[in-house]
Amino acid sequence: MIPLSSYLIVSAVLFAIGTAGVFLRRNLITILLSVEIMLNAVNLTFVAFGRYRGDVDGQIITFFVMTVAAAEAAVGLALIIALFRHRESLNPDAFTSLKW
Amino acid sequence: MLALIPLFPLLGFVINATLGRRLPKSVSGGLASGWMLGSFAVSAVAVWQLVGLPAEARVIDQSLYTWLASDDFILPLAFRLDQLSAVMILVVTGIGSLIHIYSTAYMHDEVDSEFARYFSYLNLFAAFMLVLVLGASFPVMFVGWEGVGLCSYLLIGFWFKKQSASDAGKKAFVVNRIGDYAFILGMLALFTHFGTLDFKALAGVVGALPPEASFGIISTATLLLFIGATGKSAQIPLYTWLPDAMEGPTPVSALIHAATMVTAGVYMIGRNAVLFSHAPQTMIIVAVIGAATALMAGTIGLVQNDIKRVLAYSTVSQLGLMFLAMGVGAFGAGIFHLYTHAFFKACLFLGSGAVIHALHGEQDIRNMGGLKKSLPITFYTFVIASLAIAGFPGFAGFFSKDEILYETFAEGHTLLWVVGAATSLLTATYMFRLVYLTFFGERRHDAPAAGTAAHPSHSSHPSPPSHGHGAASHLHDAPPAMAFALILLAIGSVLAGYIGIPHALNGHNALGAWLEPAFGLHASAEGATAAEHLDLERTLMLVSSVIAILGIAVATAIWLRKRAVADAMARTFSPLYKLLLNKYYVDELYDATIVQPIKVVSQRGLWRGFDVRVIDGAVNGTGALVSGGAAVLRRLQTGSVRAYAGSLFVGVVLVLGYYLWR
Repeated sequence: MIPLSSYLIVSAVLFAIGTAGVFLRRNLITILLSVEIMLNAVNLTFVAFGRYRGDVDGQIITFFVMTVAAAEAAVGLALIIALFRHRESLNPDAFTSLKW
Repeated sequence: MLALIPLFPLLGFVINATLGRRLPKSVSGGLASGWMLGSFAVSAVAVWQLVGLPAEARVIDQSLYTWLASDDFILPLAFRLDQLSAVMILVVTGIGSLIHIYSTAYMHDEVDSEFARYFSYLNLFAAFMLVLVLGASFPVMFVGWEGVGLCSYLLIGFWFKKQSASDAGKKAFVVNRIGDYAFILGMLALFTHFGTLDFKALAGVVGALPPEASFGIISTATLLLFIGATGKSAQIPLYTWLPDAMEGPTPVSALIHAATMVTAGVYMIGRNAVLFSHAPQTMIIVAVIGAATALMAGTIGLVQNDIKRVLAYSTVSQLGLMFLAMGVGAFGAGIFHLYTHAFFKACLFLGSGAVIHALHGEQDIRNMGGLKKSLPITFYTFVIASLAIAGFPGFAGFFSKDEILYETFAEGHTLLWVVGAATSLLTATYMFRLVYLTFFGERRHDAPAAGTAAHPSHSSHPSPPSHGHGAASHLHDAPPAMAFALILLAIGSVLAGYIGIPHALNGHNALGAWLEPAFGLHASAEGATAAEHLDLERTLMLVSSVIAILGIAVATAIWLRKRAVADAMARTFSPLYKLLLNKYYVDELYDATIVQPIKVVSQRGLWRGFDVRVIDGAVNGTGALVSGGAAVLRRLQTGSVRAYAGSLFVGVVLVLGYYLWR
């Protein structure tokens, strides 16, 4: 039986990797992937707590998160394509003006 | 039914104010005059009903609705017709109608919209004046009081494109406002102490008290009310606006600044006779101020050269006499003089209007003379009214002025009597100076009539009339509408006095007896029919007749026979002449002591100091603070998504850290 703390550590590591990716990478697609990693780190905690408590709530909410993540990926990728068409760039630092 | 009396002119105002500019002159002028005549008819019916009531119950009350109700203060919009307001509404609507009719001719050269504007103001004035005299309580009276002040302002400044006219309007308004402020304070003082502002209720409460021996609340309140009256009725120290008010059209001067509005103060004192007679100190002040004003204005009137200004000072002087009467407790005599004065002074003003009309705006009597032949109607009516105001025996002014002087003497105010008598002498003199300079002798100035049309003073007058421009050397007498009003008023100037013939002439003072109950005073000096009183009255009457004739004789001797004497006297008494010509420098004094300091304080302190620094500073400071703060905060909005995410992350870490390590 793997203890709860192990799941949480893995989850925290995954979350940290995702966060670092968001801050450090200069490619919008990679940033989007990093966000997905962070979401899945959270999913892992939910599922781990669900198993620890012996009910299915954690799994249910994970399904919700996955659905939202799918939608988010679709919208996000569409936005990225739109932005790329506009600036020929995927670097987020290229999009700092608040209006144009 | 009482409500109809002010309502008619108010309807006239509404119609002329809204549709007037599209109506031809005959319709807008006719409507205005028609509503006034209607109001006069209703007034006559109402007064007739009042006469039909038994003598002790002669009051008609009409309460329209509750105007204000706050706790125990309930104020109905109520009108009350009694003997005093009966006299006033007949004067206001009667003389008002005549002046409306006169105006249709006098103002005929204005364009349609201006003509309608003039009549709408005139009707509005009449409506407010009627509210003033019919109001059953102080607040209702005050509505009229303020309303006539507004109309006075509008009409003085009727030719507002002329700087002097708009200045005069403002001056009248501001000076009146000073008096009105005191009037409000007086009302509040009465209300806080007696809990009511209804005239009859107040008289009832105060009447039960003994007259105040020392200067108490009644004296304070009445004094404040009297200050209000000095503003409205042009008495010292607030009289300076009235002569300037002559910038308005002449019929306006006749209606507002001679016959009706300026007598509101006298009426107000008569209306509160009980209050005032319970404040002997105030009464003395009223009498002294009245006498001083009468004398002062009379002396100024002696040397003025503008036909309307002479009449204006004469009005101030006559109002002074009315206040003198009020102050010595001769309320009936004061109202009597108010009533006769309305006839002859309106007639004089309208006569002067006819002269100005004929001379195309010339107002300086030095440029007149010899108008007797060319303006016969104006001349005769003007002379009749002058005889009336001079107190020539048999004319209206004689009876009323004589009664004032007699009552003053009989009450033991010998000094005031002397002042009053001196004023009568001055009145007779300056009025006939005016008559002689205007109508007799040679024409001293024939520019307008002889066709040299480019007369500077004429072109500066936006006003009057240019009927006879083509008809050189021939002056037009008053057109029918003006002549009609002049003749009726002249008849009034002769006959008006005969309803108050004193006992001393074996007459019956019908007006005095009629008014007596309205003042709510018991036993009065009127009842003194003892033989020695009659003898005294007869003697005084003889004296005032002699004074009137003497005054006329002096004027005849100087200005008809030897005009050089007048110039010689002016040179001999040069300083005095200058003093009088410059109206005792009172305007200059007020300007130096009150107007300029206020201007300096307003400009330097209130405007440059408070307004610019504090108020504008606060407003601009708020703006500067916001834009300055924004300039700093804007740096945070880099637009870099990662910077936002970073600050979000740091924030979350800090919040969580706080909870974890708390």
